[in-house]
Amino acid sequence: MGKTSYSFFPGCSLKASGHENTQSLLKFCDMVDIELQELSDWNCCGSSSAHSVNHDVARDLPLRNISLVPRGQALLIACPSCLIRLKQSYLKLKSDGDLQKKYEQDWGVPFDPTLEIIHFFELFKRIQLKAYIKDPTTRLKGIKVAPYYGCMLSMPPDLRREPSHYGLMEEALSSLGADVISYGYETQCCGTYLSVAKPKLSERVVTQIISRAMDAGAECLVTACAMCHLNLEIRCALKNPIPAFHFSELLSMALGAENQKKWFPKHIVDPLPLLKQRGLLKS
Amino acid sequence: MIILKKGHGQLAREVQERSGINFNACLHCRTCTNACPFVAGMDYPPNALLRLVQMGMEQEALESSTIWVCVGCNTCCSFCPMAIDIPAVMDSLREKALAAGVKIAEPDIVSFHDEVLKTIEKYGRTHKLEIMMRYKLKKRDFLSDMGVGLKMLKKRKLDLTPSRIKDQKALKKIFKKNKTKLIGNS
Repeated sequence: MGKTSYSFFPGCSLKASGHENTQSLLKFCDMVDIELQELSDWNCCGSSSAHSVNHDVARDLPLRNISLVPRGQALLIACPSCLIRLKQSYLKLKSDGDLQKKYEQDWGVPFDPTLEIIHFFELFKRIQLKAYIKDPTTRLKGIKVAPYYGCMLSMPPDLRREPSHYGLMEEALSSLGADVISYGYETQCCGTYLSVAKPKLSERVVTQIISRAMDAGAECLVTACAMCHLNLEIRCALKNPIPAFHFSELLSMALGAENQKKWFPKHIVDPLPLLKQRGLLKS
Repeated sequence: MIILKKGHGQLAREVQERSGINFNACLHCRTCTNACPFVAGMDYPPNALLRLVQMGMEQEALESSTIWVCVGCNTCCSFCPMAIDIPAVMDSLREKALAAGVKIAEPDIVSFHDEVLKTIEKYGRTHKLEIMMRYKLKKRDFLSDMGVGLKMLKKRKLDLTPSRIKDQKALKKIFKKNKTKLIGNS
């Protein structure tokens, strides 16, 4: 079977900080016959800062990225925040003729009304995970995971008709043999940049998220966003917090990837003792 | 009957126009306030902020900490029964506060946004290490979070060199005509 290829927008968090997230994501995609081609010369989506203080810049940064997508290819984004920024811009572009004219003038390409912008999670509707593993239900050996979506399931009103991925991590992880824990803080925001400017506020929410997961019996958290992952790791006030994995790391491991050695040393809360104890990693 | 002063509706009209959001649909049911993860750091809860705008209390709204503490996580507006995009209203208020030159309740947050945008303007992508260094320099605070910073460096969570885009002209196009109007822009 040939590979399906997508244009891939990594975004700054995956590109320059969450390296282990990118590596495991690429590995996973490769294992399920998906080829990700990094969007050539992509720029930052504007992050939280552009829309906070300068809506013109916030409008134009994503539009340039949209103009770079090769015609006929869908754009895949793994960062929930970048996805919202690009998707919102694209929908605005679609509904605003004047903006289309400006876009074509600015970036010299015709507006493409058929462009598809999808989150990484969307892939799970397009592939059959089980087709790639012989014995899926034994793979994660009953490890107790607390899925953490952060704000990714919260959509602004203009994106309400976009697919919601509620429950996706739970379903995927339990089908791979993990014991999924429910703890009530799955969708609590991690605080994003308050982690820098108001660390106490950030610490409060992060500590709450992790301690609730621990109270519910979780041995680890699994995150959908590289930024959330970082905040969970650096802002938890507990002495011995449980480790957090990127969703892509657990997926790749379940599928039998063997290059984890490069990923886990990048974690601040060391996940190796847990993985060894569970027999998920040879010592 | 409440008799409102002349010009009372001006702020609401302006913010509505700027954001494109009809927040007069707000029922003040406080669902947003109950959902907000950061209400503890705000002087006015989100629905009260909308109320300030509706009542034309411009200074209170623009000088509030609420507009800066809101990170736009969209929790409020996913729960809002009237589907009001509250974060988009906050965006407009922040811009208005900066343009009006009022007293900013959370200068550190503005300074952070400022540094982020500067690295995007320079490289086309954010450069975390530079953002942090410049932010700390401006604040003259090197000690807090030193441990976290070193841990991140050690674990290679902070790339030393920026990842940059080739098309510098595009960046100029985006930033030149949309010059940021931040206060304390050095």
